[in-house]
This record gives sequence, structure tokens and C-alpha cells, in this order.
Amino acid sequence: MGYKLPGTPLKRAEFEKAFKVEDKPEAKYAWAAGQALSRFLEELKNGRIVGRRCRNCGKILIPPRMYCEHCFRPTGEWVYVRPVGRIVTAVVSYIAATRERLEKPEVIGIVEFEDAPGSGIFHRLNIDPELVISRKAFGMRVKAVWKPPKEREGSINDILYFEPVGEGEG
Amino acid sequence: MKTNIYVKRRVAVVGAGLTLFRRRMLETPKELAWEAAKMALDWAGLELDDVDAVVIGSAPDAFDGVHMKGEYLADGSGGWGRPTMRVYVGGGTGVFTPIAGWWHVASGLFDVVLVVAEEKMSPAQPHPQFVFKHIWDPILERPLNPNLIWIFAMEMHRYMYKYNVRKEDIALVSVKNKRNALDHPAAQLAAKITVEDVLNSEVLVYPVQRLDISPVTDGAAALVMVSEKVARRITDSPVWVEGVGWALDSTQWTNRELAYPKYVEVAARMAYRMAGINNPRKEIDVAEVYDPFDYKELHHMEGLMLARKGEAPILTREGVTERDGDLPVNPSGGLLGVGNPIAAAGLMKVAEIFWQLRGEAGGRQVKKPAYTGLAQAWGDLMQAGTVIVMRAG
Amino acid sequence: MSWDKVGLPTKLRHWYGDMEVEGYLYTAGIAGEKFFKTLKERGKLLASRCMKCDVSYLPARAYCPSCFSEITEYFEVEPEGNVETYTILRVGVDGEKLEEPVIVAFITFDGVNGGLIHRLGEMDEKDVEIGMRVKAVLKPTDERRGEITDILYFKPA
Repeated sequence: MGYKLPGTPLKRAEFEKAFKVEDKPEAKYAWAAGQALSRFLEELKNGRIVGRRCRNCGKILIPPRMYCEHCFRPTGEWVYVRPVGRIVTAVVSYIAATRERLEKPEVIGIVEFEDAPGSGIFHRLNIDPELVISRKAFGMRVKAVWKPPKEREGSINDILYFEPVGEGEG
Repeated sequence: MKTNIYVKRRVAVVGAGLTLFRRRMLETPKELAWEAAKMALDWAGLELDDVDAVVIGSAPDAFDGVHMKGEYLADGSGGWGRPTMRVYVGGGTGVFTPIAGWWHVASGLFDVVLVVAEEKMSPAQPHPQFVFKHIWDPILERPLNPNLIWIFAMEMHRYMYKYNVRKEDIALVSVKNKRNALDHPAAQLAAKITVEDVLNSEVLVYPVQRLDISPVTDGAAALVMVSEKVARRITDSPVWVEGVGWALDSTQWTNRELAYPKYVEVAARMAYRMAGINNPRKEIDVAEVYDPFDYKELHHMEGLMLARKGEAPILTREGVTERDGDLPVNPSGGLLGVGNPIAAAGLMKVAEIFWQLRGEAGGRQVKKPAYTGLAQAWGDLMQAGTVIVMRAG
Repeated sequence: MSWDKVGLPTKLRHWYGDMEVEGYLYTAGIAGEKFFKTLKERGKLLASRCMKCDVSYLPARAYCPSCFSEITEYFEVEPEGNVETYTILRVGVDGEKLEEPVIVAFITFDGVNGGLIHRLGEMDEKDVEIGMRVKAVLKPTDERRGEITDILYFKPA
């Protein structure tokens, strides 16, 4: 393809010099949590994890929804599950949301609840990054560690993180 | 799922256009769209007057920072005073746009459709990373202060764990694609690098390192898609769209198995059925597989059934996916090498298959004779699969 | 459908947030570079003409959206034109009452297609009318940055 492609690339300095307009969107939102997630968030305040069971397929959905997307019908009942599960995948973040390097790397992963096969949430994991890199973290049994009740606000952050379940623990 | 695979009107691609892919471009998004669209029309030997309808593809408005991007891009895409629509399925958009172009023609509604995809990632400050944050669930995920790479790192690591894949094998994809891009005139990140370079690059979110990821890019791409009647009149070498497929999975990505992209398989099965392909590994001569991250090429090859589960890293190691291999994958250089202006990157892949099947890919031309090619893209919260199968005329 | 509803609307939660982007920097583009350079340095508007369609565009465009030809013919236009239509703003973007009403007009210029949206000034709201002749009041040359706000407003000509 001996073709000269169109386009006018700018080096950073040229970009700085080019005529530009700057704008910041003033976009503020209040996202409605809806029936299912509202209850889920409220129960986090109580230190409990609640899902919704589909009476058709029997699956417990966490995060809970008022409908089962597999069967496409309303879910039938609220079900508490123990805040215990297994690590399905885990990663070590060395950068913040804004791309700066973190002083202390953060471990994040998906935890699939023991009482609700196929349903997981993602959260921080309080484990050694080396366990992630060596893949020993996969399948590890973990439990939620909660904020003190007074500090909870009905947020996913009411769970501080998940950490390994000790020997002989629940 | 039932699909009518007996669509009566054949659709051909007769022209393709691309702008340079670069980190920062002077052009406005409209001007980028125009440059690519004009080139595609020139390639086809057509004028804007010949165009019956326009399909525009662009990823979230938040990237360019322009609302109603379809409407905004319309005049640079030839959409003035014509039936014009914009389609969007996240990163899958670039291949979904010609799929929409295909049904515009296959339905019999139009004979000549201009298909344009554009993305300008440079306006967002200080980094487009910020804007990507809005793809996370605002209630359950954003409060954890995630960065975009987390989600891919989780999928990559799950894939590595499930099929016991080594990072060295994944890094080979980055090495191959950046090298292939040396021959691509639009390329932003073409380079000769080694597996060691990838493994020694900055660890961002383990297992993802800097050289595992495609760059931030401005750019546009375009195709001209026409009915058989028009194709026969204007060219001796039309490239026929033989199969299209697309599928979505749930946004509840923590509720599914991440090691395998089922939605890509669903999309591929639809496209293969339409194209009469029974054994994709044997029948596809060249593939442009979506590779915003190096592991995604492997993951997607398996979803496309071009490799068995866990086999793609082995094929890569054996050189099967090299340009002179038995199943060349991403001879363009892909997103890792050419760049990743989201929707335009996907359409660049379809353009590459067009050039490959016409024997017009120059230094990038694959060694084996290429009659049947495939392009695929993927997007949203790891849930959208879009596939197009094309054959040389 | 019998959803097991929470009941009290006060129990339904909202989650507050905003778009965290620090801002966008939009390049003016091929034609925009020329347009804003002309405004900044010469205090004039820049239009362009498609020689194939014999149609002109203000602000200048790099291509003709009608025939897709590249446009290379640029020409300056005096920043004096006619009020094509206007509106009078009495509340601000957050719904607050404005102390002084703001008049916003679409202004077209002699012999070219297109025009500019801008504020009108140095006039009473009672005196504005469609078709009235207005001209730009520019910032002093050394304060102009190559932005549409280099024009402060348009006033009666």
C-alpha cells in the first residue's frame, strides 16, 4: 500500500501551541440504586450480604437483582449468604485510578460466595501480592472484614476487604 | 437462537480509508472522519453523490468529549441530508459499524453505504483513563476507586490460571503485533521489541504490564459497502461480506467465567453459519482479532474457535499466527502496534482484511493465499462480541 | 409481576457522584486553526468556499460537507452582520435569576452561509429586533487568545 495516509499529528509541544478550547463538564449524578441494590446496601450496614433467588433456576444472584436475566422473570425471594467465598481471580494494582504509582500496591479480586455458586463480587483482598503472582491466591477461602458498625453507611466500602479464613474458622 | 442465514442480497466492500493513528491529532473529530471517508470513496472510485446512506460508529461520547457524536460527526461522514445512523457497542463498535452497513445494503434499502468510525481520545484531561472510569457500576464498583486496567487484569489472570498460560507466551503477541505494525503506514507504536522488553516493562496491574497494552490514539477509518449490482459495475475485485454475527453477555461480569469469551463464540457461530464455515481453523485464511491487550488476541482466538481452549498460546509460540504462518493473526499490527482509536481501530481491522483479500496489503500481505478472512472486535464490560467474515471475489 | 418491594421510598438509595474528568481540550482543527488565528491577529472572521459547489462557509470548513471536496479557498469577512434570530435569557444555567437579562443572537454575515451565535451588548432588550445590523466588539489585540470569546459581544452597527 504505497499510499500517504491523511492526518496531522501533533507533538506534545505543538499540541500545547495549537488553538484549543478548554471545558469541564459539570455533570453531577444521583444514581438510583433501585429495589434490589438499595436493600443490598442497607444490609451491608448490618454486616450481612443478601441476594435474590430465582425460583425458576434456583440461582442466588449477588449483587441482587429484581429479575433473573437467565430466565427473564422476577426473582422470588431474599436470601442471606455467609460473607465467605473463594477467590476466582486476583490482581495487584501498582497504580491509582488516576494513573500515579501507588506507594503500597493494592490487591483486588473477585470472590465467589460459597452459598451462591456463580455469584461473585469484586473487592479489595487483604493478602500478600506474592500469593497473587504465584497464583496461590486462586481458590483461596476468604471472608469479609467489616468496618465497625458505627462507621458503616450502606456502601460497598462497609466491607473493608476480604481476607483468608483462618484454620478451623467458619 | 435462530438466524436467517439465507439473506438474498450480497454485500461487497469496495473501498477503505484510514487516517494516521497518533496520540494527538490537530484535526477535529469531524475532520478526521472526513479524511478517512474521502479516502475510502476515492479507493472505490465513487463520489459522495453516489452514497445512499451513512453509518457512523463511535465509542462513548465521553472520549471525544462531544455529545450526540453521531449527529456531530454526520457532516464529516457524508451524512448531510442522507439517512444516517450511529451504532455503538463499546469497543465492539468498529466491527459492528460495517455489520450495520451490511444490513443497510442486504435489506435492499440502499445500494451504496458509507461506513465511518472515528475516535479522538486526546481531548480528555489529564488522561482518558479518567473517562474510562464511567464504565464501572457507579454504586458497587466506582466507590472502590478502580482503574480501567483492573477489569482486564482480572480477566487476563483468570485466563492464565485456568489454562496455565505463561506470561512469556502472552508477551509474544505484543512482540508479533508491534513488529507487524512496522509495515503499516498508519502505525503509532510499531517497534521491534522482545519478550524480555514486555516482561521488564512497568507493571501496572499485575499481570498487566505497560507493553501488554495498546496506546491512546486519535484516528478514523472508513469503508464503502455496496450491493452486488453496484459492485459488479465498479470493480473486478469486490470483497464479499459472507457472514456477520454479534452478541452481548451480561454486565454482571463478576457472575460469569472470565476465562472464556462465550459472547464472542455466539457471535462467531452466527457469522460462520451464514458464511457456511464448518471448520474455522481450516477455512479462515487470515484473521484480525481484537487485541487492545495482548492476552485478548489469544482469548478471542479461542472464542472464535480458531484455537481450542488454552491452545492459542501454543499456536502463537509455534509461529502459526505469524504473517507467514498457517493462520496469520493481526497482520496489520493490530491495536497493539497500529494504535487504538476505539471504534476506528475495529474498523481498521476490517479494512485490513479488505486489503489482504484484494492482495493490496503491500509489505503486510500474508504469505499464504488468502480467500477468506475474519475481523472481530469486543467491548463494553467484557461482554460484546462482533464478528465479520469476508471472501475475495 | 409481584416484586417483593422494599416499600418505603426513603429506603431506596441514591448514590451521588460526578464525572471526574478534569476537563477536555478541544483542538480547533485544520480550518479552526486558521479561523482563530485570523480572529486573534486580525480581528476578522474567516470563511472558506467550496469551488466545486460555489458555496461558502462561516466559520471556515476544511472540507465541503455537501460534495466532500477539500476546501483550500479561505477569505476574510468583516465581523459585521445581521441578527437572524435572538433570545433573551433571564435565568442562568442553574436556574438562578439573572440581574441583567442576556441577549443571545444568531448572527449572519454578508455573502456567506452560516454564522455565529454570540451575545448582544450596548443595547436595551426592547431595542433588539430580527434583521438589525450589529458589529463585533473585540478584546484588545494583546488580550485575544484565539477563542470565540475574543469577541466580547456584538453591538448595534
